[in-house]
Amino acid sequence: MIVRIMGEGQLRLDDSAIDELNHLDAALEAAVERHDQDAFEPALHALLEKARSLGESLPQDAIEPSDLILPREGATIEEVHELLADGGLIPG
Amino acid sequence: MGVMKRVSTIFRAKANKALDKYEDPRETLDYSYTTQLELLQKVRRGVADVATSRKRVELQMNQVQQQQDKLDRQARDALAAGREDLAREALTRKASVQGQLTDLQNQYASLQGEEEKLTAASQRLQAKVDAFRVKKETIKATYTAAEATTRINEVFTGISEEMSDVGLAIQRAEDKTAQMQARAGAIDELMASGALNDALGGTPTDDIQAELDRMGASSSVDNELAKMKAELAGGSAPKQIAGGGQVSDAVPGGTASYPAEQPQSGDGQ
Repeated sequence: MIVRIMGEGQLRLDDSAIDELNHLDAALEAAVERHDQDAFEPALHALLEKARSLGESLPQDAIEPSDLILPREGATIEEVHELLADGGLIPG
Repeated sequence: MGVMKRVSTIFRAKANKALDKYEDPRETLDYSYTTQLELLQKVRRGVADVATSRKRVELQMNQVQQQQDKLDRQARDALAAGREDLAREALTRKASVQGQLTDLQNQYASLQGEEEKLTAASQRLQAKVDAFRVKKETIKATYTAAEATTRINEVFTGISEEMSDVGLAIQRAEDKTAQMQARAGAIDELMASGALNDALGGTPTDDIQAELDRMGASSSVDNELAKMKAELAGGSAPKQIAGGGQVSDAVPGGTASYPAEQPQSGDGQ
């Protein structure tokens, strides 16, 4: 399974990591839905830390689509909203 | 569906839409490569812009630091001259300048972080663009429409995901740079107009320095007066007063020459 942390690059994770990530992602999503900044920051940080600790960096010249994409460290709720609303992406 | 999956779905949808624009998938590869090269240029320009902005903040930090050192010196001078009120004023201003400096230091750190991230993004993109060029030529050389679509899809989706990510990073850096430049411009303008110099205790209309100068001047005037009084008391003619304009130049060691000059003075005849 390939995971991108935006602004950092891609990681390869074992498929079994998905449960742990999903668990943390659920907390993040709940914070985004509630627009709860206080819960959002630690939830995002925890998710990114988990992905980093379980994953191994993909080589820089690898060109592979990611199965999961995580917002960048330090992103705001507004930024995540924009990502989800497809507002912030430039066409590839 | 969680945040991670939704974001990746949106990225893929974006790539698929771009793929659908061309009938022959090989055109997609060439078009994408052109866009990649443009993006690479853009990210490099972004790195340069952030660096310029960072250097400007650094320059302002130095200026503000100088102000602070100067206020510190003035406080010491004032205290040495027994003017605690002036020393207090100088230190109060020094504290407000410290606020400015802290703000600039934070800006500097933030720009430095942005520069590092963008530099890393530029290197990642460069590596991927190089790899893409090779893949593109391989795919084109062995092209059969049936199997190419899947491979092209994979590679195109992968690269466009990277491009979206880098594109957002550039945008963020540009926004930040624009903000910083606006603030830096405002500080430059204030400095040029002298308004900030005033507030910070700067050179042109620096009242603390003016008072210290006045104190210095008055003590040297006192010294001169004392010397003159001593000369007069020693029996010299009052004609010396005619040379009052040059007193300050003549004083050091000048006393002995006065009697010799007296005969040349017009008053004596």
